Amino acid sequence: MITTDICIIGAGPVGLFAVFEAGLLKMRCHLIDALPQVGGQLSEIYPQKPIYDIPGYPAINAQTLVDNLMDQIAPFHPTFTLGERVETLEKQDDGSYVITTSDGTAVRCQVVVIAGGLGCFEPRKPDIVNLEQFEGRGVAYMVKNPEQLRDRRVVLAGGGDSALDWTIFLADIAREVTLVHRSDTFRGAPDSAEKVFELAQEGRINLVLQSNITSISGNGHLNQVSITAKDKTVTSLPADNLIPLFGLTPKLGPIADWGLNIDKSAISVNTTDYATNVERVYAIGDINTYPGKLKLILCGFHEAALMCQSAFKYVYPSQKLSFKYTTVNGVPTF
Amino acid sequence: MIQFTVEDRDGTRQMLDVPEGFSLSLMEVLKGSNYTVLATCGGMALCATCHVQVLAGLDSLPPAQDAELDMLDTLPDSDFDSRLSCQIRVDERLEGGIFRIKGAEQ
Repeated sequence: MITTDICIIGAGPVGLFAVFEAGLLKMRCHLIDALPQVGGQLSEIYPQKPIYDIPGYPAINAQTLVDNLMDQIAPFHPTFTLGERVETLEKQDDGSYVITTSDGTAVRCQVVVIAGGLGCFEPRKPDIVNLEQFEGRGVAYMVKNPEQLRDRRVVLAGGGDSALDWTIFLADIAREVTLVHRSDTFRGAPDSAEKVFELAQEGRINLVLQSNITSISGNGHLNQVSITAKDKTVTSLPADNLIPLFGLTPKLGPIADWGLNIDKSAISVNTTDYATNVERVYAIGDINTYPGKLKLILCGFHEAALMCQSAFKYVYPSQKLSFKYTTVNGVPTF
Repeated sequence: MIQFTVEDRDGTRQMLDVPEGFSLSLMEVLKGSNYTVLATCGGMALCATCHVQVLAGLDSLPPAQDAELDMLDTLPDSDFDSRLSCQIRVDERLEGGIFRIKGAEQ
């Protein structure tokens, strides 16, 4: 069990800067992020893009900002759990919390700070009524172990690169492969698209274009999918497995079940200190919402500073907080 | 003024007037006009929650860039007339257009 003062969920710019503000108040931090590296969107999505609204920097490269933040918080020795998604939040008798990740890592802390940005990226699901009923019973949103599809009748849906790649790969493994795509063209890698058309011509896969899967059925386990073509004709196809591959979309994930007030996929907070409705749980940065909310890094930094002033009372209940400027006191390390 | 029509998920249509010269995306205008558009990613063509179908005026819009096309490609319900409203700048090219809101409500 990892023990710390503040457990920060999300190691993006706002989560990282919260370590600095906490450190000034002698509070230690542990950060958890679902991504394998720190920096959140900045490192994952636009590392080479310049950002123009960080105070004091006319322009700064996103990855440089992350690197600078890591330098800035180094004196406070934050610890990290990366590549793991938070799952559960359990309140302890003394008011503290234990957070557990998907990989079983447990963190005990006095205060929880959710700095989760967009949330975590989860598979986008097509609009099929009873889809969830068959999850794990023939329906999956990724191929974890292709061997499990050996000699099965597999239906894939989607038109992106992963749909094309898996169609080609499974053509040699599965008994029957059907790719269903809403359009008659593929914008994915031209080589893969060509290969898929070739396989279809050779009769090694079924290619069903300008069509959507509109319903599925089975007795406990999936055994049939119904496909509606553009001209509204419906055909049914026996299938053991359905793999919809429609990319990833950001979701709150398990945090949505923590009893927090949620408004349109964001966590409602009090703007005095960015506290949520659950005591000792705060939300800062893009993941929170309040009247006038702006999703800006600089607003997240401000929220981090105010949050720490409020969190102090839970970490040091018997001490009085006196505010100090770094220009007067420097950066007291530990 | 730039005038175009927005069709909500329930089919109701409304004409919007946007002053010229505002540097806003269609997604921002829709949100500002109280339509339920999540725009989770804030306009980076990452979440597709601002998906719209362009029922009229598709050809006068500037073509989609790679990031937008890649994202549209992954959607289960996108079509030839699909766009991400966050990638469309509101200017005179939208005049007379009709946009149907498609993105997820939650």
